Amino acid sequence: MTNKTPTNWTGRDDAMVEQAIRRGASRRELLKMLMASGIGAVAGGSLLLRADQAVAAAPVFGGNMKAAGWSSSTADTLDPAKASLSTDYVRCCAFYNRLTFLDEAGQVQMELADSVSSDDAQTWEVKLKSGVLFHDGKTLSADDVVYSLKRHLDEGVGSKVNSIAKQMTEISKVDDLTVKIVLAAANADLPTILALHHFMIIADGTTDFSKPNGTGAFICEVFEPGVKSVAVKNPNYFKAEGPYLDSFEFFAITDNNARVNALLSNDIQLAASVNPRSLRMLDGQSSVKTSVTTSGNYSNLNIRLDMNPGDKAGFIEGMKYLVNREAIQKSVLRGLAEIGNDQPVSAASRYHNPNLKPKDYDPERAKSLFDKAGLLGQSIPVVASDAATSSVDMAMIVQQAGTQIGMKLDVQRVPSDGYWSNYWLKAPIHFGNINPRPTPDILFSLLYASDAPWNESQYKSEKFDKMMVEARGALDEEKRTAIYWDMQEMVANEAGTIIPAYISNVDAISSKLGGLKPNPLGGMMGYAFAEYVWLNA
Amino acid sequence: MPASLTPYFLIAQRLGVALITLVIVSFAVFFATELLPGDVAEILLGQAATPEAVAGLREAMGLNQPGIYRFLHWFVGLASGDLGTSYVNNMPVADLISGRLANSLKLAGVTTLFAVPIALSLGIGAAMWRGSIFDRLVSVLTISVISVPEFMVATLAVLIFAVWLGWLPALSYGADVGSWSAMLKAYAMPVITLGFVVSAQMIRMTRAAVIETINTPYVEMALLKGASRSRMVLRHALPNALGPIANAVALSLSYLVGGVIIVETIFNYPGVAKLMVDAVSTRDLPLIQSCAMIFCISYLSLITLADMIAILANPRLRH
Repeated sequence: MTNKTPTNWTGRDDAMVEQAIRRGASRRELLKMLMASGIGAVAGGSLLLRADQAVAAAPVFGGNMKAAGWSSSTADTLDPAKASLSTDYVRCCAFYNRLTFLDEAGQVQMELADSVSSDDAQTWEVKLKSGVLFHDGKTLSADDVVYSLKRHLDEGVGSKVNSIAKQMTEISKVDDLTVKIVLAAANADLPTILALHHFMIIADGTTDFSKPNGTGAFICEVFEPGVKSVAVKNPNYFKAEGPYLDSFEFFAITDNNARVNALLSNDIQLAASVNPRSLRMLDGQSSVKTSVTTSGNYSNLNIRLDMNPGDKAGFIEGMKYLVNREAIQKSVLRGLAEIGNDQPVSAASRYHNPNLKPKDYDPERAKSLFDKAGLLGQSIPVVASDAATSSVDMAMIVQQAGTQIGMKLDVQRVPSDGYWSNYWLKAPIHFGNINPRPTPDILFSLLYASDAPWNESQYKSEKFDKMMVEARGALDEEKRTAIYWDMQEMVANEAGTIIPAYISNVDAISSKLGGLKPNPLGGMMGYAFAEYVWLNA
Repeated sequence: MPASLTPYFLIAQRLGVALITLVIVSFAVFFATELLPGDVAEILLGQAATPEAVAGLREAMGLNQPGIYRFLHWFVGLASGDLGTSYVNNMPVADLISGRLANSLKLAGVTTLFAVPIALSLGIGAAMWRGSIFDRLVSVLTISVISVPEFMVATLAVLIFAVWLGWLPALSYGADVGSWSAMLKAYAMPVITLGFVVSAQMIRMTRAAVIETINTPYVEMALLKGASRSRMVLRHALPNALGPIANAVALSLSYLVGGVIIVETIFNYPGVAKLMVDAVSTRDLPLIQSCAMIFCISYLSLITLADMIAILANPRLRH
């Protein structure tokens, strides 16, 4: 059977269908989905066959893969505690392992740990897999885990997760394969927290990271910060499957066009995070496909509740109706986004509240609300900057909508340099940009709790704070989910943060590359693709 | 002072001035770096930079001493040939630089090898046949090459030769350079791009310098005495034009060591220009200083070399 593809059908659409199949959509649902987008049954069947083949494809062993990220400098590090950029994460994932990791569905899976369990969410017991070997031949033991976790508490290490690690008040070895972790207060999210890239497990006593010694799928041969890393397959890898590649080389090509061109000329097999503007060029190529991940990164419009005009009743609600989310998703973000509903937990999280619908674009309603607040006709400053992704374009869309109902929004475009320290959190109305975080608890305590360090709209609610602590300590998933759903509703309705869309990340890959699936922790399969992908001949 | 020693005295003077310049540049770079907001600890911690975390990391990295003290420490080390240790990754600066300097010099060398002979012959040719079709063609071409920015040349070259035709690799580094042909392929595009950038200036300067000497009375005299056109230019005019030409060449080439950030970025070629940019963005003082010294030394040595050539080639100083 030949593959009949409709015109305008692109690799991105293939990826969408494959994703739907993985999520467990039935054939009938899929055909319905395709029909809805105007594709006939015959072509649709052919497309599905192809997608089925792609999903079911068997891994191929061997081959050397080259992949390019987008940023690299002499600050590149193989010290997981200091890892700060995608480049570091990719390398750490290849050379080390975590105790746990998050799969495509956002569920916690065990990696080096056999189990992570607790009765009260405060005292945890981590059982390790036995017989896991480090690259230098040493066997993984509780000492390594204790050392790896405890380093984050030492300020001299400069760990990025120091503030998160601080809740671990006791980390001790019980026996060779058991570690006890006691938290300052109950937190049922510990297994997810341990899946953060910074909590990679290193060998006890490691201080030199120029030659990494981990348990990971690849053994590092060359590491030159700011230049590249070359690694070969770990023959003693503890997982039954993988890695499939014989060797894996990673470097960064900072220029977007150069990265795309390198992929098109087959010098690399993966170009991470390509600019949506390049997609037209890529869509026409059969040798290239794209992988879209929407994992909760967003740019938001923040209105402070404690300053004029955010303190006037009805103003914030009016602004929520004035933001044309569809226009932002379609034109500003070129369709590579999911429409947001003013709360930070995206659909990639298993705690996302799907019943909470985004507010409609309703300028008339906004007008009457502004009128009631007595603000119609006043000029209101809105601070935007290139520092917050796409915020200038978003501001334009809102400004246009405002003009139509006689609401004058004065968009002040300020330089990127110094934006985060001078305007963000400070100006009465400004844009922010928040990176994905793995749990609702981290998001809420960072952004919405009364004492949150980044409380963008100065939202303060005792009830919310209480619910946060309650959900944090709840081991009962149903109860937690219910609380998180309520909290999302509270944020969406009461806080002054307007989150119009969750921005997608697009990785471009060679069509020969198999096994790459989107992951909620971020692009490039949550940066861990190296051990899961293979190269078809 | 005996007249025959004059050129050597001039050269020694040049070297002395070069050394003083280095010291001044080093201080200037230090003060400029001090003006930049933030330090290594803050930048390494990024969003996670709480005051306690920053203080802890500063302590651990030994950044608590005042900047000027750390700078002088580095400077004293430099005198004994030690470039210091990078703050950011604790590797010796010499190790970080050596490989990338070699890369930069290789690229600069290959480019020089191609660009200089071509540029000089085109420039001299254009001067010899001034006003001819050839001269006009060369002038128009050099003007257009100067006007097109190098990122455009580089990106177009990649698009055509790597993406559409598939003849050359899009990346120069990391490409397989096992054989001579593979190496030629890997270097072809960056060298062509850089060649465009540096040779246009050289061609124009060479042409202008030669034409200027052709207009002098003694060259006219040579012509009246019956010297052929080529002898007139090559034997009589060229030695006198060598000074300005050497300076133009040196200026163009000095750009090849530190100024090729765009080519390094587009072809993913790890040279010292990118290293310097990294160093500045992470406020890595020893690395910034060392890179600055390298750029300064390469610039000064090229200029000094050009001066020496000018002095030695000048018949009036030689005889």
